[in-house]
Amino acid sequence: MLNRQGRPTTPGVGSAETHATFTGNRAILQEEALLFELGRADATGVDFDEPEPFIARLGTLERTGDIGLPGLSEPEAVRHYVRLSQRNFSIDTGPVPLGSCTMKHNPRLNERMARLPGFADVHPLQPVSTVPGALALMQELAAWLMEITGMPAISLSPRAGAHGELCGMAAIKSAIAAKGEAATRKVVLVPDSAHGTNPATAAMVGMPVRAVPVRADGTVDPAEVAKLVGPDIAALMITNPNTCGLFERDIAEIARIVHEAGAYIYCDGANLNAIMGRARPGDLGIDAMQINLHKTFSTPHGGGGPGSGPVVLSARVSAFAPLPLLRTGADGVELVEVGADADEARPFGRLSAFHGQMGMFVRALTYMLSHGGDGLAQASDDAVLAANYIRVGLADLMSLPFGNRLCMQEVLFDDAWLKDSGVTTLDFAKAMIDEGYHPMTMYFPLVVHGAMLIEPTESESKASLDLFVATLRDLALAARAGDSERFTGAPYYAPRRRLDETRAARQPVLRWTPPAPIAEAAE
Amino acid sequence: MRYLPLSETDRGEMLARVGVRSMDELFADIPQAMRAHGLPKLPRHKGEMEVERLLSRLAAQNRPAGAGPFFVGAGAYKHYVPATVDHLIQRSEFLTGYTPYQPEIAQGFLQYMFEFQTQVCLLTGMDVANASVYDGSTACGEAVLMAHRVTRRRKAVLSGGLHPHYAEVVRTLSALGGDTVETLAPDVRATEDLLAAIDDTVSCVVVQTPDVFGNLRDLQAIADKAHAHGALLIAVFTEAMSLGLVTAPGDMGADIVVGEGQSIGNALNFGGPYVGLFATRAKFVRQMPGRLCGETVDAEGKRGFVLTLSTREQHIRREKATSNMCTSSGLCALAFSIHLALLGEVGLRRVARINHAAAVKLADALGAVPDVEILNDTFFNEFTVKLPKPAADVVAALAAKGILGGVPVSRLLPGAGLDDHLLVASTEVNTDDDRAALVAALQEVL
Ligand SMILES: Cc1ncc(COP(=O)(O)O)c(C=O)c1O
Repeated sequence: MLNRQGRPTTPGVGSAETHATFTGNRAILQEEALLFELGRADATGVDFDEPEPFIARLGTLERTGDIGLPGLSEPEAVRHYVRLSQRNFSIDTGPVPLGSCTMKHNPRLNERMARLPGFADVHPLQPVSTVPGALALMQELAAWLMEITGMPAISLSPRAGAHGELCGMAAIKSAIAAKGEAATRKVVLVPDSAHGTNPATAAMVGMPVRAVPVRADGTVDPAEVAKLVGPDIAALMITNPNTCGLFERDIAEIARIVHEAGAYIYCDGANLNAIMGRARPGDLGIDAMQINLHKTFSTPHGGGGPGSGPVVLSARVSAFAPLPLLRTGADGVELVEVGADADEARPFGRLSAFHGQMGMFVRALTYMLSHGGDGLAQASDDAVLAANYIRVGLADLMSLPFGNRLCMQEVLFDDAWLKDSGVTTLDFAKAMIDEGYHPMTMYFPLVVHGAMLIEPTESESKASLDLFVATLRDLALAARAGDSERFTGAPYYAPRRRLDETRAARQPVLRWTPPAPIAEAAE
Repeated sequence: MRYLPLSETDRGEMLARVGVRSMDELFADIPQAMRAHGLPKLPRHKGEMEVERLLSRLAAQNRPAGAGPFFVGAGAYKHYVPATVDHLIQRSEFLTGYTPYQPEIAQGFLQYMFEFQTQVCLLTGMDVANASVYDGSTACGEAVLMAHRVTRRRKAVLSGGLHPHYAEVVRTLSALGGDTVETLAPDVRATEDLLAAIDDTVSCVVVQTPDVFGNLRDLQAIADKAHAHGALLIAVFTEAMSLGLVTAPGDMGADIVVGEGQSIGNALNFGGPYVGLFATRAKFVRQMPGRLCGETVDAEGKRGFVLTLSTREQHIRREKATSNMCTSSGLCALAFSIHLALLGEVGLRRVARINHAAAVKLADALGAVPDVEILNDTFFNEFTVKLPKPAADVVAALAAKGILGGVPVSRLLPGAGLDDHLLVASTEVNTDDDRAALVAALQEVL
């Protein structure tokens, strides 16, 4: 007998809501103080011996006074960061159906490969003769990306998607300058549905933005583009598949109009995950497009980076790729680091130090080799299938602004169906949190009211998709039935309830400062 | 395919539910003329073991820094990173989470960002720091753009001691925006007259310390003159570890401090991913690029953290944003923050002293080699050596002997007449044997 002591074996009764804990913890969900409240000036988690006495060569510039950094022993540090980690929702926790973000599974083989000393412990400026494998890897990655997109050239420099946009637009701007049209071709056309990075990028290359209205079916109308192009137009920045989850089916016609008017097409490639093996941007008339390796090619998001945004380029703009360049020469892959060695190429400059996000290149190539051409195409097919499966599962309850039609890798709902329910898109998203889901992308794109953009990716099983649909149906029915409390107070079960963002912005507290001494505080 | 959960049966059922007969039909919106038919030119999928074998073969062709004596720096540094750091950043909930736009389920990210911002403020001696940008060089480029917004001027002056890649990034961004840049000549011995370049048209002066040649620079006089003319001082560092031993730029009058955080918590990675640090004075916060985390309370009054002041950012302000940056360097910033928490005040100061001691020892040993001249009066863990031969040849000869001896200045500044100059770095990872090996090998190849 295990239980001779009278230890009860049946559950007790009582509501959790009424029992606050002394610590504020809720069992394994721990509250965690700030590093600055935990650490001490004389604590450390590393052991090094003091150097032997020596004569410093710091001139008059030795740091005096305390820096004020707290230190933790190793056990304390491990506990601090493990507890923090447990307060995050991640793709390993459950579905993160953020439209436009492509939160797919991050294979751990990628991580192991990126940590091979031959990749991780290699310096960007050690002799090129000691890194042939690194250059070969970059060349291999480049070859795969060019094959997938059908584009003839690539730059691996950009450090994220927006940086890739900058790279592509800079190449376009240089091509325009090379034709002697720098002074006249200045305006960039950007559809209303574009991601914020698109107009922000145009501004960074010194080009004003003119909006292209999106037609009633959620796509760009070639007739509208034809009206807007002219000798002052530098480029059209278009997203395809677009941010409404739709393929821009008139893209070839649009490209023809833009090119005939002497301008260029930048494509935001954030949604490449929909079309691998189904369409190649090189066949669509695109001049430059970034590929977010942290979306389509599974490099982890890490709570906001690092990313990587290689840019594929058409023959019309390929001469203007930034430094460094990769080139195949007599002795294999060569790294061109200075403009003088660029031969016929005319790089527009350098976008960042060194050669790009190597750690992300390794992960992305690992992912590609694992999938192969067949697996990548299947991934796109499955991603599109999953999005459509969700669409048909919810179409009778939630409103589709562009009708119940086929979508690509993401499905866009608006908030028309919530009218008069007292529930907003934000409330609905927060109620999803209580159900154990990361919310979808909300209030983007801006072209529909109260947008809810859902991208399941190919990584969800059918059972997972079924439960997701059933959950959203239950929520939708509750919202329609007027159970607004389930929404407006949500989340109830997350580590924090809704946070006061107004207060954060009005009285910004952007760093920890030591608490005032007791005596002062008492005044 | 091990990463794809749907079976053929699942796909069949789902296609039926969607109301199409085939996958092909799902893509009906792509006009036939533009359709691709798979990716037949790419190899088929592979098992983990096979992929690992292929990549290991490529990795084996590269010579890792840890394989022998290693003295390469110039903007990226090999330091010892405790095992705990890499373990913690690989926690699923850190590695695979999205940007914390849903703060209720991202307090772990947001709290570390708040801690990171504070650590960066303390290190640099500034009031506010953002939650990271891509790397040091892009931080530098963004800082110049920010200075232009603050001062409503459009001319930057770059010190000749600024890392040439950083200077190139500034020039590239400035050319795109139509701004002016004056770059002073390469300044090996920190003797340039920056003061003379400052006048009422200048928006900012950009000075690196320790500079690319290793010299420490006193920024106060430059700050004073800049301020007298309504310009800003942007201080740059490429070796974050130096801040444990060297006067903080914020204590020498800097208005914006930017730098590379790689050397705390992050591997060399052949150049990336790294983490850009970006700090400024409180009064300029609304002109700052990048994400910011701020403290607030939740509906129950509990302390919590959110992304804030986002009206500076592209997703709200679009073409009027302070930058186009979106994804930045989250996980590398976390690695930085964890490593710095493990070091703490005592650990950072000690490791910084060890670095300096290592470099002093090496400088003394190299200085004793005939025909070798150390050009620095001051330095932290890196300095410039003048050789009797082209440094690139010397580095190649040393590499053939299994020693990575530094960065030839000609690699960064070709045609600048500095071909016999070599940048040499020594950190806590170098042993006395490493240094002796470099000295001996140098004597042989000269
Ligand atoms: C449509 C679209 N374009 C561009 C970007 C910018 O990419 P990144 O965050 O990598 O800079 C994103 C990512 O959020 C996006 O969704």
